[in-house]
Amino acid sequence: MTTTIIWIAVALVAVGLYLSWTAGRLDRLHARIDAARAALDAQLLRRASVAQELATAGVLDPAASIVLYESAHAARQAEPEQREVAESELSQALRAVFADAEAVAEVGAAPGGTAAIGELTQAVRRVPMARRFHNDAVRAARAVREHRVVRWLRLAGHAPFPLAFEMDDEPPAPLTAEGAPAP
Amino acid sequence: MRIGIVCPYSWDVPGGVQFHIRDLAEHLIGLGHHVSVLAPADDETPLPPYVVSAGRAVPVPYNGSVARLNFGVLSAARVRRWLHDGGFDVVHIHEPSSPSLGLLACWAAQGPIVATFHTSNPRSRAMIAAYPILQPALEKIRARIAVSEYARRTLVEHLGGDAVVIPNGVDVDFFARAEPRPEWQGGTIGFMGRIDEPRKGLPVLMRALPAILRARPDTRLLVAGRGDTEEAVATLPEHMRGRVEFLGMVSDQDKARLLRSVDLYVAPNTGGESFGIILVEAMSAGAPVLASDLDAFAQVLAQGTAGELFANEDADALATAALRLLADPERRAALSERGRAHVRRFDWSSVGADILAVYETVADGAARVATDERTRLRGFFGPTRR
Repeated sequence: MTTTIIWIAVALVAVGLYLSWTAGRLDRLHARIDAARAALDAQLLRRASVAQELATAGVLDPAASIVLYESAHAARQAEPEQREVAESELSQALRAVFADAEAVAEVGAAPGGTAAIGELTQAVRRVPMARRFHNDAVRAARAVREHRVVRWLRLAGHAPFPLAFEMDDEPPAPLTAEGAPAP
Repeated sequence: MRIGIVCPYSWDVPGGVQFHIRDLAEHLIGLGHHVSVLAPADDETPLPPYVVSAGRAVPVPYNGSVARLNFGVLSAARVRRWLHDGGFDVVHIHEPSSPSLGLLACWAAQGPIVATFHTSNPRSRAMIAAYPILQPALEKIRARIAVSEYARRTLVEHLGGDAVVIPNGVDVDFFARAEPRPEWQGGTIGFMGRIDEPRKGLPVLMRALPAILRARPDTRLLVAGRGDTEEAVATLPEHMRGRVEFLGMVSDQDKARLLRSVDLYVAPNTGGESFGIILVEAMSAGAPVLASDLDAFAQVLAQGTAGELFANEDADALATAALRLLADPERRAALSERGRAHVRRFDWSSVGADILAVYETVADGAARVATDERTRLRGFFGPTRR
């Protein structure tokens, strides 16, 4: 009789430990998503700011300036639901404006242009990076949250179900490592 | 930035990952960052000032060969102390899924963790069994780096998730500036790698050599690398053996000079390559490259535009391509030219900037790396700390 009670107690403690550990693991995964999302937001904002700066600096032709300004402005002001679309459109606008190496070289030749191109290059390369890290965190959290035990016992608490950030983040070819002209 | 790097393999044994970490650490220190490398090493081995020893690695049979691994209470305690004393903004772990220092560090740390996956091993049975244990440790990694698109694909297949591709770095100018040696010039083919490791492909080259020598008898093959030289030429007809010169293990300087001197560099590797740093080094030195069409090699050579590819393990294809290139100086000059432009992206200046961009993406606004108390019994019952 007593041994049975001891065994049941041991089993209960073991289950409790496992649940507490899983809840802690989920908590850490959610923290990772938050950090990754903050980093992604920062990179997107930075890209939009650099694009807007370039559009208003007078180094591009008027048509390109307007296209770039419009999409950068829309990306910064977008509501959360439209954010992915607006940011994708900014990627497309950047690709259209900086389609070939000559366009990049022309901006680079203007006063302060080299610095601006440098900043834009950094920004367009870091957005895909930050997005990949974010979506990787989302995937890891989802894998744990889809566990039966986690769902039944609501170990995730009130944290919203994590969503990946899907957008077109292809940088303009002349600004990638592959397409960059030799120095 | 305070950066901690974890090296999974013994510092005293030369290897690709160790060289990569050494060059990365020195590049980052040159940029003014604080870098500390935790690596297994014998306590007597003299270490550079930025390396901290994690104790001696123990040889254990693992995954079909004897691997030198670190595990146990002592190593775990050293990892914790290093993490605690370092106060790092970011910790960069190499090969986190090998059961060694990388995994220990992953287990013991929390915060901005970056990991680089070098190899693209097929998933082993041990890995599948250990998956439930590995996963909680691996999911702490905030940013994953794969060294090639090929390595990224295997990583995604085996562990899920995603990674950014940042190639291994090479000091391009070191190779570009090396002096050619006259005795290694004039109708020479270069090969570098372990002679007795069949995956490096010397046997394929040896099978192709008779055809090459019949058409161009003055050709010489220069082989740099360790191994049994007698056995290597055993398949070759007696009178042709003199056309093969074995240089043994060569220093970094001689390696660069050799690559500067040869008319053609051949990489006949038959498998097991996830990147192919030697091709980048050969292109940096301006050597025209002919390589087997492994996924990783095709990617480094930009699908055959920066160097030529031949069908893997096909000695006849190798001989035909080599003869065509040796007879065509213009094509070789064009390849050399294109190769030099192509390797700029593998230079440390570019690779280092990309790696720093990853560090900044995960570390900006995040708390520093700390030890993870939840993995210890004492911390387990206490409140979670972030």
